[in-house]
Amino acid sequence: MINKTVKNVQEALQDVQDGMTLMLGGFGLCGIPENCINELLRLGVKDLTCISNNAGVDDFGIGLLLQKRQVKKMIASYVGENAEFERQLLSGELEVELNPQGTLAERIRAGGAGIPAFFTPAGYGTEVGEGKESREFNGKMYLMETWLKADFAFVKAWKGDTAGNLIYKGTARNFNPMMATAGKITVAEVEELVPAGELDPNMIHTPGIFVQRIFQGEKYEKRIEQRTVRQA
Amino acid sequence: MALDKNQIAKRIAQEVKNGMYVNLGIGIPTLVANYIPHGIEVVLQSENGLLGMGPFPTEDQVDADLINAGKQTITTLPGSSIFSSADSFGMIRGEHVDLTILGAMEVSEEGDIANWKIPGKMVKGMGGAMDLVASAKNIIVAMQHTARDGSSKLLKECTLPITGLKCVKKIVTDLCVMEVTDKGFKLLERAPGVSVEDIQKATEGTLIVEGDIPEVQL
Repeated sequence: MINKTVKNVQEALQDVQDGMTLMLGGFGLCGIPENCINELLRLGVKDLTCISNNAGVDDFGIGLLLQKRQVKKMIASYVGENAEFERQLLSGELEVELNPQGTLAERIRAGGAGIPAFFTPAGYGTEVGEGKESREFNGKMYLMETWLKADFAFVKAWKGDTAGNLIYKGTARNFNPMMATAGKITVAEVEELVPAGELDPNMIHTPGIFVQRIFQGEKYEKRIEQRTVRQA
Repeated sequence: MALDKNQIAKRIAQEVKNGMYVNLGIGIPTLVANYIPHGIEVVLQSENGLLGMGPFPTEDQVDADLINAGKQTITTLPGSSIFSSADSFGMIRGEHVDLTILGAMEVSEEGDIANWKIPGKMVKGMGGAMDLVASAKNIIVAMQHTARDGSSKLLKECTLPITGLKCVKKIVTDLCVMEVTDKGFKLLERAPGVSVEDIQKATEGTLIVEGDIPEVQL
């Protein structure tokens, strides 16, 4: 079996350069590639285009990259938790493309699946549709949306093996499986890395073919945005 | 007495029928889950990738890897399933979700909805709202009838950037319950003690009043 293991996050991200397009998995702070984000901060690469559903919060996740002005453009669906993002956007310092969430997910899926464009009803008749081709199918209007690909896709999984196979846990799955398919180089960071053969092939969410580099993350903070509990 | 947020949620819960798959938006819609009548089985969809959303966890059940679309910690239920965002929006666009309940800043008398952006002031993004309103078979909106300055949020035409066209079916506000028809907002019920005139004054769009309008029963 081809071994996708790299020593650590430094080796995994060694050739990330200024101006690259990056995908970062996660929904809110759930399932984000924490170790890769920290390494991007350390590398200080800039003029990045980041594709991610959200932009983190002010002091965690992609919010940290925004603080250091490493991001030139953001492609996202919802950025409401990040005041610094909103400030940079309203002041014009940051270029932003907001996509409907399902459109974003499908554009990434299409990028990985070799489908250059597709039609979706989401956003028809809104400013999302401005300048885009629209077409009627069965009496309903649809917008043409195009695929998204990235130089690097950074995904976070629960378990992975040396062959690059991945299993996600809970709603930390979210955008990670599609992003894993759409990176020229996909880097997977996992909580537990095991030898090939230890994961049940029936339970694999992302087959190893999509993953070029895999490593076990040094630590995971897994910050919770809205800790809501009930009485036992 | 105008309805408070919980009463709006309680009234909307009456629209939820046995066997439905339901997507609840952030804010008042989330509260609807607390008022679904006993004996009614519904499955809540959370668009970040969960069907069968359970209640908030107890302190020892909290799992950072299990949140809803509002980023709140939640639990699963027997029969729950977890999937990617692409599969999640496949369910939504593919019209497999029966009912969508969401908030709005404005609704027009044709059923257009605006809820994602205030130019120059607030840019949070549309999240999943545009996908939901473009495809849902049934959309109910929970909202305040007027803005803080008293101006109507139920308009002839939306003034804010649109989220979706001609999609809202029913609206429950603090003042009343309305249905969107091809002639305008049809008044169905009014909040206890709120008069038809009060509602008329608070509604800029065409309001259709036919016969006696009963009070909301909670």
